[in-house]
Order: sequence, then C-alpha cells, then structure tokens
Amino acid sequence: MKVSINDSVRSDPFVNKIGRSWRALLVIIVGICVLVISMAFSLTQGVVQMPLSAAWDALMHFTPGSMQHLIIQDLRLPRVLASALVGAALAVAGAVMQGITQNPMADSGLMGLNAGASFILSLCFAFLPGLSYNYIILYSFLGASMSAGMVYGISSLQRGGATPMKLVLAGIAVSALLAAIGHGIAIYFGVAQEISFWTAGGVAGTTWQQLRILFPCIAVTLFAAILLSRSISLLSLGDDIAQGLGLRVNIVKFAAALVVLVLAGASVSVVGPVGLVGLIIPHIARYLVGVDYGWIIPSSAVLGSLLLVLADLGARMLNPLHETPIGAIIALIGVPFFLYLARKQRREA
Amino acid sequence: MDSITTTNLAIAYDESIVIEALEMKIPHGKITTIIGPNGCGKSSVLKAVGRILRFKAGAVYLNEEDITTLATKEIAKKMAILPQSPTAPHGVTVGELVAYGRFPYQRGFGRLALNDRKIIAWSLEVTKLSELEHRSVDTLSGGQRQRVWIAMALAQQTDLILLDEPTTYLDLSHQLEVLELLSDLNKKQGYTIVMVLHDLNLAARFADYMVAIKGGSIICHGTPDEVMVPHALKEVFQIDAQIVKEPRTGRPVCVTYDLVR
Repeated sequence: MKVSINDSVRSDPFVNKIGRSWRALLVIIVGICVLVISMAFSLTQGVVQMPLSAAWDALMHFTPGSMQHLIIQDLRLPRVLASALVGAALAVAGAVMQGITQNPMADSGLMGLNAGASFILSLCFAFLPGLSYNYIILYSFLGASMSAGMVYGISSLQRGGATPMKLVLAGIAVSALLAAIGHGIAIYFGVAQEISFWTAGGVAGTTWQQLRILFPCIAVTLFAAILLSRSISLLSLGDDIAQGLGLRVNIVKFAAALVVLVLAGASVSVVGPVGLVGLIIPHIARYLVGVDYGWIIPSSAVLGSLLLVLADLGARMLNPLHETPIGAIIALIGVPFFLYLARKQRREA
Repeated sequence: MDSITTTNLAIAYDESIVIEALEMKIPHGKITTIIGPNGCGKSSVLKAVGRILRFKAGAVYLNEEDITTLATKEIAKKMAILPQSPTAPHGVTVGELVAYGRFPYQRGFGRLALNDRKIIAWSLEVTKLSELEHRSVDTLSGGQRQRVWIAMALAQQTDLILLDEPTTYLDLSHQLEVLELLSDLNKKQGYTIVMVLHDLNLAARFADYMVAIKGGSIICHGTPDEVMVPHALKEVFQIDAQIVKEPRTGRPVCVTYDLVR
C-alpha cells in the first residue's frame, strides 16, 4: 500500500527536529529560571517597595532589628513560597485528574473538590475554633474526598455514566450547594469575617509554621505523582487499553485519586477554593511538551507555581494597600480559557 | 493445541447474566472470528478472555494456564487486546503510541532500550507506518489509525491478538486493508488472531474458524463452510439467508437475506 505523506506538514516540525524530551526539559529549565526571577521580584514588591539587594540581605544576612528584613522574612517569603507550592499542587492535581479520567475538563475546582475542602473548613471555624494547622490540612483533605464522592456519585447515577460534561455540571452544583451551606454556617455562627479573610486573602496570611507542614505534604505527593506518571500516561489511552497492556488499573486509579485529594486539600487549606489552575496549566503543559505524563506532571508543577506566584504578585500590585483576591485574578484568566475548552470539547464530541 | 480455552464461563453485569456456561476453544495459529447479533455477548466474551472484564464463574485458560493465576503484565506479553474504536490522546504521534506496546517489558520510567526501538521499528514496518512515525495520530485516516493500534499490539510481541470489531467506522477498502493486514500477520508471522466481526461475509472470508454466539451461548462453530449455512444463520440472526460459494475466494457468502417471519 502506498502511504500518503503529502500532508505531513500538518504535524509539528519542531517536535521532529529536537524531540519532545529535549523540548520538555527546555520548558522545565526555562520555567524554573522564570519562576526564581518572579519569586525574587515578588519579594521586593508590596506596600513597601524594596530593592532586590534588600531582599537578598534579608535572606542571607538577616538582621533581627531591621523592619525591611522582617517584612521579607515573615510576610513576603512565606506567601511567595506558599503560592509556588499551591500552584504546583493545583496544577498537578488537575493534570493527574485529566489523565486518569481521560477527561480534558477535569480540575479540582470544577469537580467540587476545592469547595468540599473549604466547606469543611468553615465547619472547623464555626465548631472547632483555634484548630491547629495540622488538623486544618487533614480536614480539608477529608472535605475534598467528601465532595469528590458526591460529584462522582451524582454523575454516575444516570445512564451513560460519568461523562466529562456531567462531571463538570455535578461539580458546579455540588460546589454551589456546599458554598451556600458554608456561607449559612459562617453567618449563623458569626465566623464570616474570619472565613472571608482566609479565602479572599489567598496566601497573604501564610506563616512559617504552616509552611513546615505544607511543604513536606505537597513535596511528597508531587513526588508520588511523578512516580505514577508512566501509569497515568497509559491510562490516558483508556482503561481497556491500559489494562490490556498489563497495567493494574484499579490500584493506579486509587493511588492517583489519593494524590489528587491530598494536593487539592492541602492547597485549599492555604488559599481557599481557587479554581481553574488545574484546568489551564496542564493544557498549556500538554501543548508544550506533548502527551507523556512523565513530562506533563513536572512541567505542570513548574508552570502552576509560576502562575500562582504571578497571580499573588498581581494581588498585591493591582490595587496597592489592598489585596485583590487571588481567586479573582486566576478567574480572570481562567474563565475565558474554560469557555474556549468547553466549545472545543463540544465540537469534537 | 488451543491458544484459549474457556470452561463454564459466565459473565454478568450487575445482576443481568450476559454469558452462561460458555465452552469455547480458540485454535492456535488460526484466525477465529466471533459473530452474533447485537447484544449477544460476543464483545463481553472477548473482554473476559482478554481479562479486561471480570467474569463471574468458570475459567479462561491461555496456553493451558489459568489466566487468574498469571500476573497481568505476563499476560500482556502473551496476548494483546484491542477494544472497539479506541481513542488516542490528542496530539500523540504514531511512534509514541506504538511505543506504549513495550510497557509490559519495561520497568521504572520506561526509557526505550535499543531492543525496544528495534521492535517498534519492526511493528511500524509490518503495518506500513514507518513513514508516518512522527505524524500525529489525529491527522491520520480511520484505516491508518486502526493500523497504528495494531502496530501497538505487535510491539507487545505476543502470539495472540484479540480485536473487537477492528473494522468499525471504516469504508469498504479500509476494512479490507485492515483484515488483509491481520491475515498477513497470521500467515507470515504465525499470529493467532481472534476478532469479533459484524460483517458476516468478511468474517467468512478471513476466518479459519468461526464461532456464532446468540443469547449468551454458542449456537454453532467450525469452518466458515460449516457455520455459514442457512439453518445456522436462521437460528443466530433470525434471517433467511441465501449462501453461495464466492468464485474468487472459494468462501461462502451471503448474497441476500430476508427477515424470518
């Protein structure tokens, strides 16, 4: 048979020339460089502007009495690190979800995980005031699991099972319900201000004590996600194919679901229910590095960190003296992207 | 010797039983086609044999070994299975997709060794896809896409390939192209091939052995000449078929048929 290669121009010539692995490595290295620069710049910005050298001094030769050094060390550095961690966590959670469900619309925000975590946290504020951060992170993990169960349950009840669109709709419905009850509880028990400070404030209030728990929690889970990446690539071919190739699909899905719940729960415990990061970033990563989750996951982590660090910087710079909610900034970028994907999804279906 | 034997196989979805007490033998080194009306359970049999559908009772033997005693990766080195119209992830290239066929042989992060690359190159060559290696699967025609999946199965280096309706959504010439490829693999490379097919005439043309299933059990089996007979087709499909020997291939074909009233 004669093979037609006339229209091979449609394939990406860049991929052929340098290979996807090199390209992915390039994305990750450049991404890390830009991330470090953005984080450094972010340290100098805020109500009090400082030169980069002051930030450097604060990190390297900390002088306890210096106001500048205190601002850098106790206020800005924790929030910059937290936004990098949370960005990586949300983006990887989205990438893993999209891979194991073969659902391009998967995102911990859209699927209601973030809402579940923040709902449980409003219960914590109301009934268990002064709870330590160890427990907060644990409860938000439980909350994410609860709403994940609800969303998946609702969308698989009907005939035809859990299709991408049904999951998104169920996610939105469950999110709205949990948000409404959460607000109700907040108002009734008079904790609305604390909660809105915590959710709208984003990473602003992050403390070193929180970071000490958050960092190992997210780092270990990200590592687990990378270990699972080959299996996730296989699952993205569909359950039947993956099983036929000898993958133990149920075990991998269970492990991947745990990874997603921990990442989403941990993120929400810091920034509140910020959605769409997990939707946007993996798509960009996939566009840049291809279909191998061995590359999609690490590059999503880097790009997700970058997005949240920049969003947090925006939160401080857009309207100085006030914090713009970080969720609002992400939504500003994320919603048009979501609409674009939804349209594309409908055309392909 | 038989490649696959099932004894007393039963398959059920929730409470509804699809297959009951199925005794089936798939001869080694032959092309077997499974035919039957919609919803008769033929795809379920294929999936149960390919251990991607859990069966309720009975046993499936692969080269005389009980498949429930084998590690799933070991099975993947002996038997490849392609479900009906699989979808490739958006943007995956032909070479990347075929490389997934090496998964059962890999450890860790799955870097491809020289031997893996050789086998992938061979799979692409046999399926006449070498020139398309760097093309995105999305840009291929339906027939080419089906060949990519077959190449992936070849990269698994099994003796046995199971396919669920490999010709779905293909036009006449592409259907033939895919089936001729499978026939070549059987004759030249010694593959045992089992496929569920919808089209009776294509099934009879390419099969050495046919199994007709209806209502969860085997109605008849044997060579195409034994299965493509009016009384058997009447029982399986409720049709009154006129069968003649096709002069070019010598195989039985159904020229026309009516519904049995």
